[in-house]
Amino acid sequence: MPQTVREYTGSIRNTVKSFWHGLSITLSYLARRPTTVQYPDRTPMPVRDMLPPRYRGFLEVDTAICTGCQACERACPIGCIQISLEKDPANPKQRVVTQFDIDEAKCMFCGLCVEPCPTGSIQHTREFEATQRHIRNLVFRWSDPLKPFPVYKVDKNAEYYPRVPLGSLVRARLETLAWDRAAPVFLPPEPAGAAKPAAQPKVAAAAAAGAAPAKAAAPALKAAPTNGAPAAEKPAVVAPVGAPAADGVKAPAPAKAPAAEQAAAEPAVTLTPETK
Amino acid sequence: MNAKTQDLSARSGKTARGVLLATLAFGFGLPTVLLAAVLVLSPVSKPAMLVAALRAVGVDLSAWSPNARYVLWAVVMVVLALIIVTFAAVISGMTVWWEMRVSARMQSRIGYNRVGAGGYFQWIADAVKLLFKEDLIPADADKLLFRASPYFVLTGFALVFVALPFGESLIAADLNVGIFYITAVTALVVVGILIAGWSSNSKWALFGGMRSAAQVISYEIPAGLSAMVPVLMSGTLSMQGITRSQGAWPWEWHAFTNPFALVAFGIFFVSQLAEGNRTPFDLPEAESELVAGYLSEYSGFRFALFFLVEFGNLWVMSAIAVTLFFGGWQVPFAGPEVFAAARGAGELPGATWWGLQVASMLVFVTKTLLVLNVVVWVRWTLPRIRVDQMMSLCWKYLVPFAFVTFVATLLWEILVARAPVASHVAGGAMVAAMVVVAFFFARQTRQNISAVGDRVDFTNW
Repeated sequence: MPQTVREYTGSIRNTVKSFWHGLSITLSYLARRPTTVQYPDRTPMPVRDMLPPRYRGFLEVDTAICTGCQACERACPIGCIQISLEKDPANPKQRVVTQFDIDEAKCMFCGLCVEPCPTGSIQHTREFEATQRHIRNLVFRWSDPLKPFPVYKVDKNAEYYPRVPLGSLVRARLETLAWDRAAPVFLPPEPAGAAKPAAQPKVAAAAAAGAAPAKAAAPALKAAPTNGAPAAEKPAVVAPVGAPAADGVKAPAPAKAPAAEQAAAEPAVTLTPETK
Repeated sequence: MNAKTQDLSARSGKTARGVLLATLAFGFGLPTVLLAAVLVLSPVSKPAMLVAALRAVGVDLSAWSPNARYVLWAVVMVVLALIIVTFAAVISGMTVWWEMRVSARMQSRIGYNRVGAGGYFQWIADAVKLLFKEDLIPADADKLLFRASPYFVLTGFALVFVALPFGESLIAADLNVGIFYITAVTALVVVGILIAGWSSNSKWALFGGMRSAAQVISYEIPAGLSAMVPVLMSGTLSMQGITRSQGAWPWEWHAFTNPFALVAFGIFFVSQLAEGNRTPFDLPEAESELVAGYLSEYSGFRFALFFLVEFGNLWVMSAIAVTLFFGGWQVPFAGPEVFAAARGAGELPGATWWGLQVASMLVFVTKTLLVLNVVVWVRWTLPRIRVDQMMSLCWKYLVPFAFVTFVATLLWEILVARAPVASHVAGGAMVAAMVVVAFFFARQTRQNISAVGDRVDFTNW
């Protein structure tokens, strides 16, 4: 509140000055280019190319140089990477990766899996647009269980590891697979009676899954509580209700879970992460 | 996701030529058609002209009974009223679009740009959306008043157009109490706002209504006093009379022939901003404090009416300011004798007269749009002021200064009556001063642009 004439005239002067400068500034903005980037359809180039080079988008695994060391799996703080290794039945000296699943829906893009990778096989890309109608489709399966890939033998003298261009594999995936494709239906855990030896490759397990009980076609989460699984197995089987993102990700359970069960319930059941 | 949807960036943001043409045709065509209707109907709606015009097209009214003629005249007046209200609605919608575009640029955004060229059709899309919304009435609201208040607001707004000139002979009714009438009917808007605030039975709405009442009633005083300055200079309250007492050139306008009138214009402009609830005086609907103020509880068509009035008020306040202070529709080199000569002695005026009317309308619309842009510009420049600042501005600054300009104008008029050259000297000096101020302002603006290492760039506007 003005107490003196000086303050009174001063506030008039301030008003005039703020009009003068304020109007001038807003007018100057009329003559400038707007800074808005009109994502997604009016960008000068695809947005992934505008991102910084170390942007942490979807993880990509170049299976040609994956050593199957499982360092990334161990590094992952939330267990969204699942790797299974088997011996190649044709060549017992060759190990093959039968399962390399990354649940991008769970991934928190921390980058801890990238750091221990000895060959740089697993990397973050700049891909980030992968809307899916079904969240299970966000599980990126880098190994086809029917065609497992052999692990990469590291050459001690190698100067570098031949990696495909970063992002090309993820992009090929995203561009070929429809965003609204049907989600995979995971099988419920197989009853103990139908268990198979652990050494048997998963290829066989997956094939045998077709012979599972009739209600096997139902999604695992719904089926699990009603399934006639033996009580003895239940502690090892965790089917978190209301967390469908858990599908397809299986923590390694070498100690607690019966090996047979691991083989039978191939992608369906999430075992407790503390078994690590 | 497939390749088609993945790489959308391949599509350019260019507007198709057909869309551009449709937007231009609609954007300029709609106001032009409405203004042309006003141009034709407002002189023709005068009874003598109506009879003559109908005779010219082959309908003889002399056989009609007086009552039938009254009915016909009333029908013509209703049509004119509908056209003017439609014009108000259309100009309100277009103002929304324009303001959103301008405000976006002032904030380094892009604004409407998807519906039609430059997003022009957004205001139509918004209006259609509002019409289809559910008309909600809160459970504890006073239902009758809640329903009625938008009509008070709309009526107060639409009645202004009765005495609002569009050109030399283009006015629905040249009331001899013109500006007084306008001030009076504008007060109806605050009645509607107060009713809306009270009947909503919501604290936000009530606060908004109370603030609006306090604000509008306070600012009526400086607005009325500063509007008296051009009235004193013209010696009439009639809007056309005030315009006729000014000339076409800037040094003949009221604002520039009397130094106090320029101050009065400033006071009038600020008061009109406050009465129209425009930023920096948008306390009644302060979003951060009161949700949406008095119209918090409104939806659908009733909300649309409030919104229409709010933005239509821009045109009204600009048109009044132009009429009172900036020479209204006065066309250069076309004094009253030129109009009279073009009018001729016949019952129906000649083509030259109509041409002059078009010119006067163009002048008026151009000036009004310029002032309207200043209102938009001020809104996106200044932040909202506090309630106590708003009251203090009114009572401690505007009201005293309005009185000063009022008395000083009385003295000035005595001076001008003694020595008419004073008005010419003041006109020349003030226009020159305005040119200098504009030059310095432009320089300041250029400095502001280059100060951040930017260049003037109107691409992608």
